Amino acid sequence: MNTFALAAAGGVLIGLAAVLLMAALGRIAGISGIAAGLVDGRSRDWGWRFAFVAGLIAAPVLLGWIGGDSGIGSPQVGPPWMVLAGLLVGVGTRVGGGCTSGHGVCGIARLSPRSLIATMVFMLFGIATVFALHHLPGKG
Amino acid sequence: MKILIALIAGLLFGVGLSLGGMTQPAVVLGFLDIFGHWDPRLAFVMAGAVLTTAIGYRWVLGRRRPWLETSFRLPTATRFDARLIGGAAVFGIGWGIAGYCPGPALASLGAGAPSLLAFVAAMVTGWWLAARLAAAKQ
Repeated sequence: MNTFALAAAGGVLIGLAAVLLMAALGRIAGISGIAAGLVDGRSRDWGWRFAFVAGLIAAPVLLGWIGGDSGIGSPQVGPPWMVLAGLLVGVGTRVGGGCTSGHGVCGIARLSPRSLIATMVFMLFGIATVFALHHLPGKG
Repeated sequence: MKILIALIAGLLFGVGLSLGGMTQPAVVLGFLDIFGHWDPRLAFVMAGAVLTTAIGYRWVLGRRRPWLETSFRLPTATRFDARLIGGAAVFGIGWGIAGYCPGPALASLGAGAPSLLAFVAAMVTGWWLAARLAAAKQ
């Protein structure tokens, strides 16, 4: 399969996961919301959250055992940038109420206007950040 | 049963991310780099996921309740406020710096790259901080 067909197939699997979670547990498959519920001090329903995150982490490892390739790539920036980026992603996804999965996939699938706007905003800021770091004169 | 379903959903999600190239930050940064060597793979992943979810949700949300819970827990907020826009902007900047959003970052933990561990630790700290700030305001 070429990489674009594989990417679309991967997307279908992500969609099936989202549909399964809604059908069985009535929950949006938003990674930041599910995982942040483990540390927010308010949510008490840790069981399903923990199981979902465990499956997410285990999946590429299992793929690696079965097919030889986990698909996990290497970080592209140094540790200080990784820490800064992690902090921004953490704060931003919680304050903004979602990430690429909650807003970008589930929200857009529900035609939620807030999710459409949020997705456009984080895409635009992501594009602008890459441009600023890699294409402005004197940079990388 | 809830635990088992959540585990299966997580596995499906992780396999989808991996097959789609999303656990490679170079692919994600390539998508955001529309002025360089653009890599459209993320758009194919999003399209496949959004279409599948939209079709599936039509079927699921037409039912009275989920299989294992008493009600669907759907977001109720409708306002476009500073939190939504500002949060998305801050997230976008972090995403553009490293090429990781929360799903792929967690799904890449199995490889054990030290700087990715640092990213996830910082991300979890960010979640905790945001929850503390929200709690302090109430």
